[in-house]
Amino acid sequence: MKKIEAIIKPFKLEEVKDALGEIGIEGMTVTEVKGFGRQKGHTEIYRGSEYTVDFLPKIKIEIVIPDDKLDEAVEAIVKTAKTGKIGDGKVFVSTIDEAVRIRTEEKGVAAV
Amino acid sequence: MRKLIFVTGLLCTMLFLSPALRAADAAPAAERSIQERLDDLEAYVNNGARNGDTNSVTKVAGPGPGHNAWMMASSALVLFMTLPGLALFYGGLVRRKNVLSVLAQCLGIAGLVTILWYLVGYSLVFHSGGTARGWSFLGTLDWAFLKGVDSMPNADYGGWVSHNVYAMYQMMFAIITPALIVGAIAERMKFSAILLFVTLWMLIVYFPLAHMVWGVDGMMSGVGNAKAPIHAIDFAGGTVVHMSSGWSALILCLILGKRLGFGREPMPPHNMVLCMVGTGMLWVGWYGFNAGSAVAADVIAANAFMTTTLATAVASFVWAMAEYITRGKPSILGFCSGAVAGLVVITPACGFVTADGAVLIGIAAGLIPYFACWKIKSMFGYDDALDTFGVHAVGGTLGAFLTGMLARNAANANLSANLKAYVKDSVFQPLVFEQLKAIAVTLALAVVGTFIIAYVVKATVGLRVSREVESSGLDLAEHGEEGYHAEGQL
Repeated sequence: MKKIEAIIKPFKLEEVKDALGEIGIEGMTVTEVKGFGRQKGHTEIYRGSEYTVDFLPKIKIEIVIPDDKLDEAVEAIVKTAKTGKIGDGKVFVSTIDEAVRIRTEEKGVAAV
Repeated sequence: MRKLIFVTGLLCTMLFLSPALRAADAAPAAERSIQERLDDLEAYVNNGARNGDTNSVTKVAGPGPGHNAWMMASSALVLFMTLPGLALFYGGLVRRKNVLSVLAQCLGIAGLVTILWYLVGYSLVFHSGGTARGWSFLGTLDWAFLKGVDSMPNADYGGWVSHNVYAMYQMMFAIITPALIVGAIAERMKFSAILLFVTLWMLIVYFPLAHMVWGVDGMMSGVGNAKAPIHAIDFAGGTVVHMSSGWSALILCLILGKRLGFGREPMPPHNMVLCMVGTGMLWVGWYGFNAGSAVAADVIAANAFMTTTLATAVASFVWAMAEYITRGKPSILGFCSGAVAGLVVITPACGFVTADGAVLIGIAAGLIPYFACWKIKSMFGYDDALDTFGVHAVGGTLGAFLTGMLARNAANANLSANLKAYVKDSVFQPLVFEQLKAIAVTLALAVVGTFIIAYVVKATVGLRVSREVESSGLDLAEHGEEGYHAEGQL
C-alpha cells in the first residue's frame, strides 16, 4: 500500500478529485493548509503598513491506495493540478504498513 | 373652638381661591388673531421664529412634528454611527484576539458618557455661562441632572424641536467623540484606564470645547453669538469632534507607547468585511450627524445632506484611485478610509458650502489624509493603530480650514447676519483667519488637556495592560470572552 500526499492549488481540488474518481479511487482526506515553497508569499498593504505574508493557502489531499494503482494516481494528480506556473505544489509518496477498516475490521488492501 | 374652626376654614378657602383671584387681576390674554396664527404656522414650515406679539399666547408653543421627527431620527442615526458603525469599522481593523475589546470600549463609552451628560455634561455645554461680557468658556450647572429640560422647545437651539430631543441628539456627539480616540490606542490600553481617561477628558476637553463652539454664548460661536471674540464656524463638529479626538489620540498614543512587536510583526486587519460594513453604517449615520445639525428639517439640512453625499463619495473614490495610481491596487480599506475622511472633512463645512465647495473638499479629503496615513506615519514611526490621527486630526483640521475658504452666503443665509464682515464669498475671506484662531484654540486645549490627563491616569491606574495580556489578547484577559472560537472547536 502507498500513501500519496499531494499539496495543490485550492482551485484545482475539484478537477483532481474527479480525475482520481475516474481511475477508481474511492476515498480521500482533504485539508486546508498553509505553507510556502519557491513561490514565497505575497505583500499586503493596509494604509501605510506593508506586511509580507509568507504562508499561502493550499490544499493537501491524502489517499492510500494499492501499489499497482500508484503510477496511475500520481499521473492523474500531476496532470490535473498543473498550471505550469510557480506554486503548483508537490506530490509525496510513502509506504504504508497496515490499514484497518474500523467497521468490519478488514485489514490490508481490503481496508482501503 | 368653633370660632377657631370657622377662621381656619375661611383662611383655607382664601388660600385656594387666591390664585384664581390673582389671575382675574391680570389683563386677560387676547385670543390670537387668524393672521398671527397663520404667522406661527408659516414659522413652523420655514423653521422661523413664532409671531413675537406678546399680548396673545401662541397656540403652537410645543415642538413642530416634522422638525422634531427628523431630530429624533437623526439622534438615532448618530448613535448608530458608534453602535455598531464605529465599533465594527475599528473592530475589523484590529487582530482577532482584540476584536471584543474594541466593542467593549465603544459600549463602555456610550454608557459612561450618557451618565456624565445627564449629571453635568449637557448643562456645562449648552447652558449659557451667564457672564456680563456675553461669551464664556463653559456653561453653568442650571441644567444639571437635565433639570427643566423637557419636551418644550428651547428657542436658543431649535424653536421647533423638543429641548430633551436636542439634549439627546447632542449626547450622541459626546459619545462618538471619545470613541474615536479608541482607534489610536487599540490593542494595548487597559479598560479601567480608558474609563478614567474618558471621564476626565469629557470634563476638561470636550465639554468646554463644545460650549465654546456651540453654546448660546460660546467663545467661538460665530454664527450664533454676535459677541463671540472668535468669529469661527463649525457646522457639525470639525473642531469639537474630529480635531479634538484626533489630536488627543496622537498625544495619548505617544504617551502610551507602541504595541508589542510594532514594525516587526505583521498586524493586518483580522476582518476587512466587518470594516466595510462599519464604514457603510458610519456613512448612513453621518446624515443624522451633518444634516441633523441644522436642528430642523429645513433648507440648510437639505443642503448639508447634498454636500455630505458629494464630498464623501468623491473622497472615497479619490483615495482608492490614488492607491491605484501610486501602488497599482485600489484597496477596500482605501475606499473605506476615503469615505470616512470625506465625512470628517465635510463635517464643519456641510451646512455652509455649495455643491462646488463639497466636491473640492472631497478631492482634498481623498488626497491629504491618504498622504498622512501613508507617509507621515512611517516618517515619525508613532503607533496610531487605526489611524485616528491620520484621518480625524488631519481631516478635522483640514475641514476647519477649508470651511473658512469655501463658506458661501448662497449656501446658508445665516452667514449674512453676525458674520457679514467675515464671509465675502471669496477664497481668502476674513473668515479664514477666524477659523485659524479656532484651530489654534482647539489644538491647544486638546493637546495640553490630554497630556495632563494621560499622566494623571498613568500615575493612578496605569495605562497599559501587561506584556502577557497584550500578547495573548485583550478579549480573554480583560473581558473574559473570545470573539471567535478556534477552528474545529464545536
